[in-house]
Amino acid sequence: MTKVSPMHKEIDEETATSLLGFWVYMMTDCILFASLFAVFIVLKNNTAGGRNGAELFSLPFVLMQTLILLTSSFTSGLAMLAAQRSRIKDTFIWLGATGVLGASFLALEINEFAKLDHSGSSWRTSGFLSSYFTLVGTHGLHITVGLLWLGGILVYIYKKGLNETSVKRLTMFSIFWHFLDVVWIFIFSVVYLLGVI
Amino acid sequence: MLSIFGAAEVPGTDRMVLLFGQLMVVGAGLLIGLALIYFKKVGWLWKNWLTSVDHKKIGIMYLVVAGVMLLRGLADTVLLRFQQATSSGASHGIVSSDHFQQIFTAHGTMMIFFVAMGLVFGIINLIVPLQIGSRDVAFPLLNNLSFWMYVAGAILINLSLVFGGEFAATGWLAYPPLSELQFSPGVGVDYWIWCIQIAGIGTLLSGINFITTILTKRAPGMTMMKMPVFVWSVLAAMSLVAAAFPILTVTLVLLTLDRTIGTHFFTTTGGGNAMMYVNLIWAWGHPEVYILILPAFGIYSEIVATFSRKRLFGYASMVYAIIAITALSFVVWLHHFFTMGAGANVNAFFGIMTMIIAIPTGVKVFNWLFTMYRGRINFASPMIWFIGFVITFSIGGAAGVMLGVPPIDFQLHNTLFLVAHFHTMIVGGALFGYFAGIAYWFPKVFGFKLDEKLGKLAAYLWIAGFICAFTPLYILGLMGATRRLDHYDASLGWQGLFIVAGVGVLIILAGVGVQLLMFYKSIRNRKQNMDTTGDPWNGRTLEWSTSSPAPVYNFAVIPTVSDRDEFYRVKQLKLKLPKRKFSAIEMPNNSPFGIFMAGWALMFAFSVIWHFPPTIILAVLGIVITFLVRSFNDNTTYLISAAEVEAIENKRVGALL
Repeated sequence: MTKVSPMHKEIDEETATSLLGFWVYMMTDCILFASLFAVFIVLKNNTAGGRNGAELFSLPFVLMQTLILLTSSFTSGLAMLAAQRSRIKDTFIWLGATGVLGASFLALEINEFAKLDHSGSSWRTSGFLSSYFTLVGTHGLHITVGLLWLGGILVYIYKKGLNETSVKRLTMFSIFWHFLDVVWIFIFSVVYLLGVI
Repeated sequence: MLSIFGAAEVPGTDRMVLLFGQLMVVGAGLLIGLALIYFKKVGWLWKNWLTSVDHKKIGIMYLVVAGVMLLRGLADTVLLRFQQATSSGASHGIVSSDHFQQIFTAHGTMMIFFVAMGLVFGIINLIVPLQIGSRDVAFPLLNNLSFWMYVAGAILINLSLVFGGEFAATGWLAYPPLSELQFSPGVGVDYWIWCIQIAGIGTLLSGINFITTILTKRAPGMTMMKMPVFVWSVLAAMSLVAAAFPILTVTLVLLTLDRTIGTHFFTTTGGGNAMMYVNLIWAWGHPEVYILILPAFGIYSEIVATFSRKRLFGYASMVYAIIAITALSFVVWLHHFFTMGAGANVNAFFGIMTMIIAIPTGVKVFNWLFTMYRGRINFASPMIWFIGFVITFSIGGAAGVMLGVPPIDFQLHNTLFLVAHFHTMIVGGALFGYFAGIAYWFPKVFGFKLDEKLGKLAAYLWIAGFICAFTPLYILGLMGATRRLDHYDASLGWQGLFIVAGVGVLIILAGVGVQLLMFYKSIRNRKQNMDTTGDPWNGRTLEWSTSSPAPVYNFAVIPTVSDRDEFYRVKQLKLKLPKRKFSAIEMPNNSPFGIFMAGWALMFAFSVIWHFPPTIILAVLGIVITFLVRSFNDNTTYLISAAEVEAIENKRVGALL
């Protein structure tokens, strides 16, 4: 039995099951982030004498991060298209670009965290900063896992080519990566934009 | 070295109890290990059981672990009851306040996470794939991993006795600020956090697995409204798992961060908010109680229909009731802390929502009773459990509606009335259901029936003991006895009732003894109780259409479904066994992946508890490498040839179809 995927490409039942399972997992991850957002909103004004968002965040810097992450989502989409057309070289190029962009995003985030810590605003300072570091850091942790996963997929494709398993894994990675994009948009709006206002 | 074992700081009788516990855990571990080596069963166990991805074997392993943990939790129960029965006036009982607090915390944690959840997942694993006519769950390897995460959590809670010698003394939900580092500086709370965290992640993975299984692996023709009610209840419970357990994960992480790296989520200083913890934990905790009870409702639905020889009354209303309960369970969490001070309007909303849940639940009770009405009822042991359930559950439900009224709750909250209420729901409601389910499906799983006489006796003892143990608590609660008391004044006149409650627990213990005897006798006399037909109770759903025990592939030919009680329909047709054409069946290979992953997780948790970074790093590396190794393994299935399938099927004697 075959089912039709949104890409109008026939995929077998097992792959469809895996993808559904992955989507359910994504929804649980969504609730995980929703809880962290709720915590952030509750603790947002509990600065305990420390600095608040308006004093700490630089919007242009965050915008740069945002654009880098959005671009990486775009390149991961291009990698998916290339993989479905069985163009292994293009797949490598676009996945590589995704990895480089993801890693630069992560580097910027770590840099920002380190700067905040050095300027005396760490997670120990206040409830607000605890929840800020945890929410944004959880997103960063997801990005890290995503990059590791991407590395694994690259090695897998290098060794075994673009078979059904690698395309399936690539699809899941792609869902994961886009999801992190969406979460970041929320972080950008709720944490940074509303924080600076 | 003594300090890591905790013996140095512990005074008097507590040290005896602690040493006894340590000896018990270490001794039991050694004994099992030596027995396995002596009987040369290590390889067999590893190859056939521990690494198995067969949902039936995983289910059995869940039940075994949960059974052991039940005995562990019962030991705590006896200590608690003995303390409260004796510690009045001049007498201070047998344990100190601090140790008493650890005991009731361990009791609650153990019973909810490692007994009730273990039994639920055991039964779900055993039955759901069979009821939907599937060969296995959607992700068999993930299923094995879930099981081992649960075991890792269970090991961790027992390790707390051996290393550190203390458990959380905070109550089973570890409210801050008490559970913060400032007030609980020891490792007890860390053990609590991590045993639940690891088991909870396993549960979450199981939830994802069973949602996908039920949505995609049903036999052809089985539409959603033709699924057995048990499957519906599992789908609802697993949706709750998927929606609620991430909240638990987050809450525990935040508490961990507060305790290890000095954040201010729930602290009293630095802008923390302790009530946020209480909100978060109950946003998970209330759905959790429905995760426990919904599968029990499903089990009762199967049992009542089978033993009344009737179609279930009001199938559609049963399904809608389940869905309504699922949805409502997310909008009542605040009734666990009406006294927080959220204001009259907020309390009114949550009070009304709480009372509304009684409506779909009532619908279900009436549906079961109407199913029995004019049925030819066979009072086998599962039905005895059911009768006990209906009575206790109705009492507990009424008490719950009382507690749902905020003004009454202000009087009764934190009293033994509440303790009696939720024990009525979880023991008289959920646990009786699991016992009923085990009695009902035991022949399907093992191929022989349990001893009915002892099974009924155990049920009667449990029901009588339960009523004797908890009715006094309702009265004591109304008299103002707060929960978690390790001592009370003699002039209050409570001791008599506490002694009655203690006697009740002794009757329950007798019930447990009879259950153990039942297992022993049934296994010894299994030749007389063989189920050769695969259908010992005149069942109605697909699990009874295959042999007992089911072959590894469950169904040689996947059935096509056209009715809710498909197997019953087919039986009515009295078809001759058709000549079936068998084809080769692809099944997943066993794998040690789950054991390794859970092992790393255990190492990770243990290292975090004791603040030892090298092994934390090692564990993380282990997880990554194990994942990579597995992802490069393409040889994950094996083939059972058509001839082999035919040979297995022909061995089936006296088959119905």
